[in-house]
Amino acid sequence: MGYTAKFRVWRGDAGSGALKDYEVEVNEGEVVLDVLHRIQATQAGDLALRWNCKAGKCGSCSMEINGRPRLGCMTRMSVFEQSETLTITPLRTFPVIRDLVTDVSFNYEKALQIPSFTPDPDTKPGEFRMMQEDVNRSQEFRKCIECYLCQNTCHVIRDHEENENAFAGPRFLMRIAELEMHPADEADRRDIAQDDFGLGYCNITKCCTEVCPEHIKITDNALIPMKERVAGRKYDPLVWLGSKIGLRPKSAGTPSVPGKRP
Amino acid sequence: MSDQIERYTYDVVVIGAGGSGLRAAAEARARGKKTAVISKSLFGKAHTVMAEGGAAASMGNANPNDNWQVHFRDTMRGGKFMNNPRMAELHAKEAPDRVWELEAWGALFDRTKDGKISQRNFGGHEYPRLAHVGDRTGLEMIRTMQQRIVQLQQEDAKSSGDPEAMIKVFAETTITRLVKDESGRIAGAFGYIRDTGKFVLFEAPAVVLATGGIGRTFKVTSNSWEYSGDGHALALLAGAKLMNMEFVQFHPTGMIWPPSVRGILVTESVRGDGGVLKNSEGKRFMFDYVPDVFRAQYAETEEEGDRWYTDPDNNRRPPELLPRDEVARSINSEIKAGRGTPHGGIFLDIASRRSPDYILSRLPSMHHQFKELADVDITKEPMEIGPTCHYVMGGVEVEPDTGASSVPGLFAAGEVSGGMHGSNRLGGNSLSDLLVFGKRAGDGAAAYVDSLSGARPAVAEASLDEATAEALAPFNRAEGENPYTVHSELQQTMNDLVGLIRREPEVKQALTELEKFKERAGRVTVEGGRAYNPGWHYAQDLRNMLLVAECVALAALERQESRGGHTRDDYPAMSPEWRKINLILSLEGEKIELRRQPIPEIPVELLALFERSELKKYMTDEELAVLPASSEAPESPDSSESSESSEKEGH
Repeated sequence: MGYTAKFRVWRGDAGSGALKDYEVEVNEGEVVLDVLHRIQATQAGDLALRWNCKAGKCGSCSMEINGRPRLGCMTRMSVFEQSETLTITPLRTFPVIRDLVTDVSFNYEKALQIPSFTPDPDTKPGEFRMMQEDVNRSQEFRKCIECYLCQNTCHVIRDHEENENAFAGPRFLMRIAELEMHPADEADRRDIAQDDFGLGYCNITKCCTEVCPEHIKITDNALIPMKERVAGRKYDPLVWLGSKIGLRPKSAGTPSVPGKRP
Repeated sequence: MSDQIERYTYDVVVIGAGGSGLRAAAEARARGKKTAVISKSLFGKAHTVMAEGGAAASMGNANPNDNWQVHFRDTMRGGKFMNNPRMAELHAKEAPDRVWELEAWGALFDRTKDGKISQRNFGGHEYPRLAHVGDRTGLEMIRTMQQRIVQLQQEDAKSSGDPEAMIKVFAETTITRLVKDESGRIAGAFGYIRDTGKFVLFEAPAVVLATGGIGRTFKVTSNSWEYSGDGHALALLAGAKLMNMEFVQFHPTGMIWPPSVRGILVTESVRGDGGVLKNSEGKRFMFDYVPDVFRAQYAETEEEGDRWYTDPDNNRRPPELLPRDEVARSINSEIKAGRGTPHGGIFLDIASRRSPDYILSRLPSMHHQFKELADVDITKEPMEIGPTCHYVMGGVEVEPDTGASSVPGLFAAGEVSGGMHGSNRLGGNSLSDLLVFGKRAGDGAAAYVDSLSGARPAVAEASLDEATAEALAPFNRAEGENPYTVHSELQQTMNDLVGLIRREPEVKQALTELEKFKERAGRVTVEGGRAYNPGWHYAQDLRNMLLVAECVALAALERQESRGGHTRDDYPAMSPEWRKINLILSLEGEKIELRRQPIPEIPVELLALFERSELKKYMTDEELAVLPASSEAPESPDSSESSESSEKEGH
């Protein structure tokens, strides 16, 4: 059953690096991560990569396999020809730390900026009542394992580093949508979604949805509905009139972004 | 050497960023303590993420008859009456509040028809009790706790301008030693930052161990690389005691094919939601394996077992839902008797019992896992499964109320602590354990810091030089063993000799082998530099794995009975005399010492929750003599009220 596969793995650090060739044994049923582990154990003990659960639940082993962003643990060797050379590179959007490990702190910074879950302060723990049909939408987004493949893929930041400040990326725009659709959340994040997190940069090419290992319909179910909500608020004549005649302060309901705006 | 160490000062340092670590950190911060959370992985990747089934809490949403007493009773039965009774009591009483709290922090559990948190059936639980989100409950919990920490940081940013003023997460950082002051109190934690390989010292009077388990010591395991027993080893090295390390849970259902996925967990929810176990002859064999102590509570026919799913008040539960230790042993026996599957496992079948839609809605991640990794569609075919090392019941001996160990300033919570689950943990009791005792340890650590009133322990500087030298040793050897090879052979040895079924000669052989592994670990060398070097990380984990392996083997040799997560082929019976004994392990110099210690007594009011006839199966006549006569007929928790469980939809 076993065969010898050709792997080209990017080795290096922030300073420099290059693809290095390995010939390595592959057995039935193995995934790319298994083969990288075998390279570690037998040929390159210091090959840096992240992994944890090896079952597609933690989102640690994100990498680019033949240029495509994927989880190493969920990519079976059987999808490739045995003669094919597999090229394994780190996520391109994030700075390299070493080998296949990248600095993903951008994502944790964005997470820190999104105003948190804001329930009615009078609802005590144990008193929440929510219907299954009302939590379904947000539950889909909470399947996210934070592998950041969508963040890595989205061309708004992949090809334009300069957008990193203004654009939170699909994962965190989806987090805003999740809170917006959470039946017990009372905050309004529509203005900041557009103004601070760059929802407008998204031109719905659905690349994020394509690479999501959890098969979350990020574009259709989170980003597009979020865009509709923002448009609804911006162009709602009553909201417009209210803010014109001073009945409604301009950013009513939209909480400030911690560490971003006063 | 010590001047190259990056230094930080905190009130409380929590080692581990899973459920119990984050809950402890949130609590310490709420008590005004400057808190650091240290994680070997990225923030949000901890092993809790892999928990599937749910968090057990007697909220009574699915069956109003449920209450803490029933949960306590199930927990004690599951642990074969070796649980620390105070821990089991606190856990059963506080679990509902801890789960409701998660909801107030944004968690979205599956719902009942009336909008409450839905609760599902699980092995050993009398009523549907597990709050859950499909089969990805651990992910929901870790994400909720992670987002709670972020929320606290946002509050701190508002009040002080610095989100990390009161609570900071040090991701991808490994602690290799706890450091103490001259008088033996905790003074901090020493380790390295994985990205750079630089050494770091956290000076703090209180450390909470929340490092999880030891599964990586075994070859076939559901645990990730992180589970190398770090907290168990750190505690031993700091002078704390471990208890009952022989109790290791082998989860009955791990994947077995293809070989590269062997060990990956298949959630117990498959059985809770109607799945059954069959041998190669197509027989539902679990009916043949109901032990005497559980006979009264389990169905005797397939018909009764099947009726239970829709009418649990008038039928007994199917034996597929016996506690995990019983199911794992039964599966092992069937395979040994030659009735296994082509790949050496047993069939777990839900395809023939539930509709595809139901399976997809209840078990989406199992469907995904089998489809992607094994080419098996679980809505159409049975799964092949077998036992996998899953959880360690043994751990740091702690005070139940505070999580304090015997070392001043050292606390432990979650899987790394011992006592709560006795000899066997019920499914669902882990996530609730993390929350209940994570909070309590955070509280305990904060109260300890308060009690010091400013007089903080000072790090004994000499210990830093030793810790540095120890960590760098693998770089300074000219040539020697490959850490990956030693790692993998150690796992195989433990799996073969101290696994699910144990025999005296084999355990003795394991202890001899471990001596050889210790020598080999001392010769391990690594290539490359210190920055993000997995070979170096593995080399350092070996010390912890070896300490833990020896503890497991020593205790497994000592306990001459079979109970829960400890099965001795040569002592197959459960012994009331052995029930009274906890096995305590400590490090004296280089040597691990084992001694017997009487188990804490179960208070009479808690004993009164059981019938004498049941207690008789576990206890000596002497122990039973103290019981008042009234405990003959306890108040029955069962009633004729019909269940309003929402779990029944789709059946």
